[in-house]
Amino acid sequence: MFIINCPYCGERDHSEFSYGGEAHIVRPKQPTELSDDQWAEYLFMRKNVKGLQYERWNHAHGCRQWFNVARDTTNDKIHSVYKMGENPPK
Amino acid sequence: MSNKFRLSSGGEINRTERVSFKFNGKTFFGYKGDTLASALLANGVHLVGRSFKYHRPRGFLGSGSEEPNAIVQIIKDKARTEPNIRATEIEIFEGFESKSQNCWPSVNFDVGEINNFISPLLPAGFYYKTFMWPAKLWKTYEYFIRKSAGLGVSATVRDPDLYDHRYYHCDILIVGSGPAGLTAASIAVKSGKKVLLVDEKADHGGSLVGSDSELTKINDGTPKDWVNKTFSDLSKNKNIKILNRTSVAAYHNYNYLIMVQNLTDHLNEEEKKNKIRQRLWKVRAKKVILATGSIERTMVFDCNDRPGIMLSSAVRKYLNRYSVKCGNNVVVFANNDDAYETAISLHNKGIKIKAIIDIRENSDGDLVKKCNDLGLKILWKHAVVTTKGRKKINKVIVMKLSNNNNSVVGNEIKIDCDLLCISGGYTPAVHLFTQSGGKLLYNENKSYFYPGKNSLEQISIGSCTGIFNIKKIIDDAYTKVNEFLKTNIENDTLVSDMKSGGFENIWLIPSNKVPGKTKSFVDFQNDSTANDIKLALREGFKSIEHVKRYTTTGMATDQGKIANMHALGIISEHTKTKMGELGTTTFRPPYTPLTFGALVGRNVKKFFDITRRTPIHSWHEKNNAKFENVGQWKRAWYYPINNESMHDAVQRESKAARENVGILDASTLGKIDIQGSDASEFLNRVYTNAWSKLGIGKCRYGLMLNEDGMVYDDGVTTRLGENHYIMTTTTGGAATVMGKLEDYLQTEWPELKVFLTSVTDHFATVSLCGPHSKKILEKVVKNINFDDQNFPHMSFKEGVIDNIKCRVMRISFTGELSYEINIQANYGKAVWEKCMEAGKEFKITPYGTESMHLLRAEKGFVIVGQETDGTVTPIDLQMDWIVSKKKYDFIGKRSLYRSDTMKEGRKQMVGLLTEDPNEVLEEGAQIVAEVKKKPPMDMLGHVTSSYYSPNLKKSIALAVVKNGKNLNGKKLYVPMKNKIIKVTVSDSVFIDKEGKRLNA
Ligand SMILES: [Zn+2]
Repeated sequence: MFIINCPYCGERDHSEFSYGGEAHIVRPKQPTELSDDQWAEYLFMRKNVKGLQYERWNHAHGCRQWFNVARDTTNDKIHSVYKMGENPPK
Repeated sequence: MSNKFRLSSGGEINRTERVSFKFNGKTFFGYKGDTLASALLANGVHLVGRSFKYHRPRGFLGSGSEEPNAIVQIIKDKARTEPNIRATEIEIFEGFESKSQNCWPSVNFDVGEINNFISPLLPAGFYYKTFMWPAKLWKTYEYFIRKSAGLGVSATVRDPDLYDHRYYHCDILIVGSGPAGLTAASIAVKSGKKVLLVDEKADHGGSLVGSDSELTKINDGTPKDWVNKTFSDLSKNKNIKILNRTSVAAYHNYNYLIMVQNLTDHLNEEEKKNKIRQRLWKVRAKKVILATGSIERTMVFDCNDRPGIMLSSAVRKYLNRYSVKCGNNVVVFANNDDAYETAISLHNKGIKIKAIIDIRENSDGDLVKKCNDLGLKILWKHAVVTTKGRKKINKVIVMKLSNNNNSVVGNEIKIDCDLLCISGGYTPAVHLFTQSGGKLLYNENKSYFYPGKNSLEQISIGSCTGIFNIKKIIDDAYTKVNEFLKTNIENDTLVSDMKSGGFENIWLIPSNKVPGKTKSFVDFQNDSTANDIKLALREGFKSIEHVKRYTTTGMATDQGKIANMHALGIISEHTKTKMGELGTTTFRPPYTPLTFGALVGRNVKKFFDITRRTPIHSWHEKNNAKFENVGQWKRAWYYPINNESMHDAVQRESKAARENVGILDASTLGKIDIQGSDASEFLNRVYTNAWSKLGIGKCRYGLMLNEDGMVYDDGVTTRLGENHYIMTTTTGGAATVMGKLEDYLQTEWPELKVFLTSVTDHFATVSLCGPHSKKILEKVVKNINFDDQNFPHMSFKEGVIDNIKCRVMRISFTGELSYEINIQANYGKAVWEKCMEAGKEFKITPYGTESMHLLRAEKGFVIVGQETDGTVTPIDLQMDWIVSKKKYDFIGKRSLYRSDTMKEGRKQMVGLLTEDPNEVLEEGAQIVAEVKKKPPMDMLGHVTSSYYSPNLKKSIALAVVKNGKNLNGKKLYVPMKNKIIKVTVSDSVFIDKEGKRLNA
């Protein structure tokens, strides 16, 4: 039911977007150097935050761009939207 | 039947328009403007249903969407009959017909009434306790339970009505057009903003609709005058849209509301014609004002459910709005002043008030004073302890309350009556507020929940906030709305002020009967009593959510609009927990039930989902193809000739494709155009095999994994130029593969210069397969030398068909000599027809997806999603050859070296041959090494693909089997329902392992 402010297109209904899970999880540059546990940490473990969560969204039925959203999971309020590669606003 | 309970004048019905209608087979009449309830009451009909569990006679309790008892089945044709309609809401029209729902065989004689007498045997959770075991008898129980429960029947034929969806954006949405909502609307339109005002009822005015025109004055006129004037002023304003008969079903976050507008249910058949029945509104509002009003409470005492026991506000509304008296000898049972307005209103219209029973010590309110002046008898500090009368109330028994209200004392006072008006105070209708995420607060003195905090642009006003005095409601609405909209509109509404007395509450009225012998109903529709709730508490249920489910309190179609507060109150008293700490149950959408028709709107049949057809589709249709759905695509499945069975068609097609030549429409395969200076590096990272050394004009098969190492998609990619590739994906995976590749490019590897374009729809793909395929290509395509040296397997050439450029790939999904022509989509059908014409001399045979699957199974090629299911690695598929050992990294590589993916004994793909070559295995069948007498047996794996091969003349199958790579030649078993099939593990390539046919 959200309205998401795509950094490229502006405010759009949530039905145009698809969710991409937790943000700022960087794919390891040298996976072969990692132990099974370290790789599993990257692959499977997610925070499941109650409160402000940084997450990825894709404007799938729009500009097809991925971007980040800071959303409060308790009330779905979106605090900020920022592009890939940018740091979360404080 | 005559309207003997209709007063000779007054009310807002159209007395010039008589309407005849049928109820339970009998013909009655009412007037235009009547609801089914008001029309039946005018005819003296109170008995309208039987209760759900005990089949007790039930009548009207309320006058709106809160009604729990008067639930009827609309009788029309098989397509339009409709259950669970509230008689208090549906408006009658000429020819309207309905019947009582929960009774069998009739409302007057109901066999289920026996349940009432054996009710000690039917406590809370009875069905759970009794009918659960033995499980196999459940089918028997279910039949009888369903028959006797009988919550109406649904239509058995397609709904022929039209339903609509509409999106709407507005600045200010006002829900409810009672005194608060109308006030808010008057202010809002003056702000110049775009306003939407909705109300679930046919009338605007909310609680004022039933109010007595003598007792309250607004701007020196009657409440009705004020409503009419306000409404007519609003209607002239172009800033506002006003909808009646429109119920907000759901209030979601970000002020997104779903509402249903009922457009034709109140019209007769002639007026209904060619009109949309209901419209679903999807509203985005910048600001929302909730003026949803309040719902009067009943009181919980023994036998509080007889026909003729009604909410005081409902009786008042039937009297003043519909000019219907609900009885001639009336007892009023109250705990607040509001009921006194009903008493005065009835008295002034000549109806006998036998007594007012009030649980309070006294009241100094103006209405009470007036009753005293009129000489009405009031019994203070008394309570109704029980009622008598079988199909209609005929007596109440009243007793004095003890000082602490815990018991009754003294003698029984018997009062004959035919109507008992109850007023247990009001419950703010906070449903929408809580749906929107708002938190409720509890007022301990006045015993109600009211809206607390909410982070949305939203306010609640009026009686849904706990203000029940008209003057205060209007004054408060001015203050709050002005502040909310940042306006400064002057309050010019003068309401006669009335002093009202206090409010006192007893959740469960005490009785002089033995505890446990009372039937004090809390939830009328689901027939749950105070004793049921107490039993649940004794049995250890503590959470309100659990008690609710165990006793089914508040879980009927009215969602506990009447029941919930008393249920909470009784739990609170019994567990000595404060109401505020107990919390409420969650109010879930929809607020009132809505039809499936409204939900689906026009998205039915061919509009249910998008259908994608290839450019060659019309040819397949013309040539008798059967189609299969692959995602949104319609794909030609097989082409039966002369009533051929599917099996026979597939055998013929598959044989032809290997012996002569077959033609397949492969246009649905996903196609992604990849360009950029890092395209090769990109492919290296997304596929398991190496791509840097692939020459221009060459094709390569690739396997794509998820990061967890499991097979995700596959397809052939062709290098068209130095920095230009075209990738094909599976039909079903096209969109998700595209999404995944974009994801990696944008988020993980933004440094790569690669650009992706989906071109699936831009090309038609015609695949020719079989020894004669080359000869057809030579006839059809110009500018290509098809000589094996010049155009070997796994390569690509650009050619021309009638001056139109095309791409030809020599690739094979069948193991046969095979080519794919890709051409601009709009030429697809022409090229297909050209090939058919050119292939005539070689007996060209069109084949569909089923034969394609068979042919690739003969060759042991996997289909992602058939041999794989998200738990299969390329190693499990015994495709180690495609996994590069040299590449430093690719998606999923690290996961192939996890302890789990490397462990011994994983399932691997193998071939299976049946002992009897004519026995075809069932796909999905389980495979065991040792057959036991009955399950469970140790399952080694399952059959993934299985066919009778016309080219090998035997049954073949692919399967995933534990440790399969070491089991070649081993005998295993496939136990079926009535036989056990012996199989032998084999190589998964059944035909032409050496690959000679590719160059035939
Ligand atoms: Zn966008």
